[in-house]
Amino acid sequence: MEVKPPLPQIPAPVWGDFKDLQEWEKYHQERPTDDKSSNTLASIAEAIHHMPGGWIVTTSTDKIFNWARKSSIWPVTFGLACCAIEMMATFASRFDVERFGMVPWASPRHSDLMIVSGTVTIKMAPMLKRIYDQMPDPKWVVSMGSCANSGGPFRHGYHVVKGVDRVVPVDVYVPGCPPTPDSLMYGLLKLQAQVAEFQKTGRRPAPDG
Amino acid sequence: MAPTPEGALLTVVLPVERWQEFARFALTELGCLYFNWLSAIDWKEQGLEVLCRVENLDAGFAVMMRSRLGPGQVHCPTLTDLYRGADWMERECYDLLGVVFDGHPDLRRILLGDDWEGHPLRKDYAHDMPHAPYR
Repeated sequence: MEVKPPLPQIPAPVWGDFKDLQEWEKYHQERPTDDKSSNTLASIAEAIHHMPGGWIVTTSTDKIFNWARKSSIWPVTFGLACCAIEMMATFASRFDVERFGMVPWASPRHSDLMIVSGTVTIKMAPMLKRIYDQMPDPKWVVSMGSCANSGGPFRHGYHVVKGVDRVVPVDVYVPGCPPTPDSLMYGLLKLQAQVAEFQKTGRRPAPDG
Repeated sequence: MAPTPEGALLTVVLPVERWQEFARFALTELGCLYFNWLSAIDWKEQGLEVLCRVENLDAGFAVMMRSRLGPGQVHCPTLTDLYRGADWMERECYDLLGVVFDGHPDLRRILLGDDWEGHPLRKDYAHDMPHAPYR
């Protein structure tokens, strides 16, 4: 059975138009694809890049921006299952990801990274998608552990999403059940290396919900 | 020294018509005030079997009630007017196994989403099939 969300209305309805939260969520399942200011900035950057000698400006600006991005990735504290214990250990003083500039932050509005730590059930997947949609761009997702990667031991069950990449796009997969803090830190360092190449790797795929 | 029934388990196999009657007997006569759990088994073509365990904590014995609903039958009388604890257990049993408890005040799904189709602990549930939207 194909479930398709209804197309968002133009102009977008305001909060008062909705009777309840479910109705509001139904209208906001699709993110707007055309952000006018971002598209204008991208076209200006493209024009500068193709001017003679302009690539020096754009690549060095990219480098500065990417250095700033990768040095302050704030993960949203989003623990789902037993992997969250290892994630907390990674955030704590012994493994201390704050030396990479990662501050676990309790709001998706200020965060750049979502570490999906644990089993994503079918009932939880819309909430996960909602938190992902609340994060500002650019944003990244680390899938932590077997359950988030592929469903893990619950893959043949009836209640678990077979990999969180069916819900949101994933940048780094960390294997393990659960991954040790060392594994997660290695994954986060790989994510930093990926963020450093952010503009060169091209546009990330949009989530298809 | 009087013999005590400590840890004893009395298993009673009932026809489904006498389910409520025996539960009332267990509550009032046997003093089983504690409703432990309620569940069901899917015996495939032989149909569903509802199980319920109530305990007398003072005397230290338990009564297990079992009842076969018969092939193709899903209806079972409720115990919620006797035990308040039966409310959510019967909702769970309805949610996962599809036993319809007649007379239950609020028989909705409790664990799965409201839009779920089917009852996943049935033996004939196609559990590993792709389902929309995230499965």
